[in-house]
Amino acid sequence: MADIQEKIIKLVPDAVFEEGEVLTVCVADKNWHELAKHLKEDTELNFDHLVAIVGMDWTDTLGTMNYLESTKTGQMLCVKLQTADRDNAMLHSVSDLWDVANFYEREVYDYLGIIFINHPDMRRLFLRNDWVGYPLRKDYDASPETNPVRLDHEQSDDSTVCYREQPDGTVKKEEVTVFEPNDFVVNIGPQHPATHGVLRFRTAVDGETIKKIDIYLGYIHRGIEKLSESLGYPQTLHFTDRLDYLSAHQNRHCLCLCIEKALGVEVPQRAQVVRVIMDELMRISSHLLFVGTFCMDLGATTMLFYAMRERETILNIFEKTCGARMTFNYNCIGGVIADLDKDFVHDVKALLEIMPKALKEYDTIFTGNVIAKNRMEGVGVLTREDAISYGVTGPAGRASGWGCDVRKTHPYGAYAQVEFDEVVRTEGDSMARFKVRMDEIRQSLRIIEQLIDRIPEGEICAKVPKIIKLPEGHWFQQVEASRGAFGVYIESRGANTPWRLKFNSPCMNMAGVVPHIAKGGKIADLITIGGTLDYVVPDIDR
Amino acid sequence: MPYGDWKDNEYIEHLVKELRDNGTNVIVGTFDKLINWGRSNSIWPLTFATSCCGIEFIALGAARYDMARFGWEVARASPRQADFMMVAGTIVHRMAPVVRRLYDQLAEPKYVIACGGCAVSGGPFKNSYHVVKGVGEIIPVDVYVPGCPPRPEAMIYGIMQLSRKIKVEKFFGGVNRQEKINRFLNEHPIKETPEAAQQQVMEEQH
Repeated sequence: MADIQEKIIKLVPDAVFEEGEVLTVCVADKNWHELAKHLKEDTELNFDHLVAIVGMDWTDTLGTMNYLESTKTGQMLCVKLQTADRDNAMLHSVSDLWDVANFYEREVYDYLGIIFINHPDMRRLFLRNDWVGYPLRKDYDASPETNPVRLDHEQSDDSTVCYREQPDGTVKKEEVTVFEPNDFVVNIGPQHPATHGVLRFRTAVDGETIKKIDIYLGYIHRGIEKLSESLGYPQTLHFTDRLDYLSAHQNRHCLCLCIEKALGVEVPQRAQVVRVIMDELMRISSHLLFVGTFCMDLGATTMLFYAMRERETILNIFEKTCGARMTFNYNCIGGVIADLDKDFVHDVKALLEIMPKALKEYDTIFTGNVIAKNRMEGVGVLTREDAISYGVTGPAGRASGWGCDVRKTHPYGAYAQVEFDEVVRTEGDSMARFKVRMDEIRQSLRIIEQLIDRIPEGEICAKVPKIIKLPEGHWFQQVEASRGAFGVYIESRGANTPWRLKFNSPCMNMAGVVPHIAKGGKIADLITIGGTLDYVVPDIDR
Repeated sequence: MPYGDWKDNEYIEHLVKELRDNGTNVIVGTFDKLINWGRSNSIWPLTFATSCCGIEFIALGAARYDMARFGWEVARASPRQADFMMVAGTIVHRMAPVVRRLYDQLAEPKYVIACGGCAVSGGPFKNSYHVVKGVGEIIPVDVYVPGCPPRPEAMIYGIMQLSRKIKVEKFFGGVNRQEKINRFLNEHPIKETPEAAQQQVMEEQH
């Protein structure tokens, strides 16, 4: 810690430090780009992973919280930037250092109207390009008259703007072309069965080869972060189940952990173990759905029926304990909401018995198939450096050789008590991503196997106050969801509602990497790439 | 299933009564029955899902719930080949024009099922700045299926209600639902924002 502080002080003498769970440093915007470059390139600090950019409205100032992580040491750092000019808010962009910043900064612009200087593409990300106002500003006018439901189609842009800094320090607006006038642009989505939801790619093609992809998001942007600001903490929990509905348990676990950390609540052992078992069951069911739908996209429809057969047995287990097949509402602040069903242990053991056989069956039917091999091997190769730069975590990142499993790097809950291997492959292609998921099912089974006979007796939920008020401060928590590192940022001003609640989803980064790895490939490969990245669109759009 | 167990839908009972009261032509009436019998047993859905409800729709297609038993398994990716649209999931402002266009592209006769809390009323996201408060605001809906998400059984029940509705419809002449749809569409026109105005809003923001 002290080492980082010294190095930053040397570079930016007027930096202000705030001690907290993560070291926070406030710097002026004019020093930010230089500092960022140094933090990334310094061999000892090596902050090469930009975890999140949280756009903030502190009423008197606007700004961002930039969470950085070192892939070498796992250390985290938060850099706080502020600007007092609300009408013409500008900050410097770091999208040239971290590719993931491209989408993060567009999101901040969309929500808060902060313009990023030198960002190559300053367009709205989620909202229509004729949307009025910036919804996450505290003074946003939410009346339906300002933004009624429009039934006319919005114009797609063939050009965008960039605010370029001139040598004399002034900022000049420049027009940047997205598509050349003679590009042949094919529109894929938002209603397309292979985009796994309502994602839209505007694809410039040369024959069958992809030249460029421009992604449109926001076709399922529900404004959850703004909604949460007017709800009490327990009321915000149910949104997490509906973000990435295939990681419902993990997402909710994350928000609960973050609130518990802020409250200083100790979660009972029993609840911790139950949560981990549920998380792993969820991961298996998610990966099973991936296997089914992905193979169906490639034309192997039979696999859907095989995979769904096993998934239904897991849903049965969930249903007996949580009372629902999806959107379980099971974790709560302090523990879990209900005790395990009396059949739980028996059912899980039955599942542990059938799963290895089922996996073998999948491998026989699909993995070794020559068509599957030809369509996946060497398709959509993502290198380790790019995976880190684009922030692609989870199975997709691990298939590129980046050991980014939060369960290993920052263990939480009962994960420290269990033994399991982090599945890492080095090829980085679609086949590797597929195989990582298959192996992760095996590892999840291993974790459950270790815990199922050792569920401790005792309370399922700690005592928490009826009205939950967090002290002043800000907290960031990550868990390993089915698709990667899912993060929650909470800033509280001491009230019973959050001042700002931000969900940092793994899927947005995956969508962001598609243009990079699909470029130069064939249109048919886009389906393979989208399938193996396995994004869930409501998680991208939130 | 005996008809008595099904007597739970006032709307359809009303339709049946109206049909009986007015009487039907012997030949046309028989044709009606035959056509409706065929149509009600082979309604093809459009694969359209925005969120969680879509996963339950996949489960509906898989072996356990097996919608092929009812003749619904031919899910089409193109609206031009589908009979009904299962709006499964939240519809937001940006998606609204797309949903409307998909509806317009469906071939007649067409039906809509609003599936899940979000499509019915906006559900848990009702107060959001970017969520349409029920798909009924932009397209005419035939059947509402509540739930978050509805269980596959509920979806089966919902589509069966649609089958019943088709069975008592008049295909040839008479009062049919076409008029009602047209009235709805006239009341909810697509207002084209002039390009200049749209451009101006964008200019102001930059």
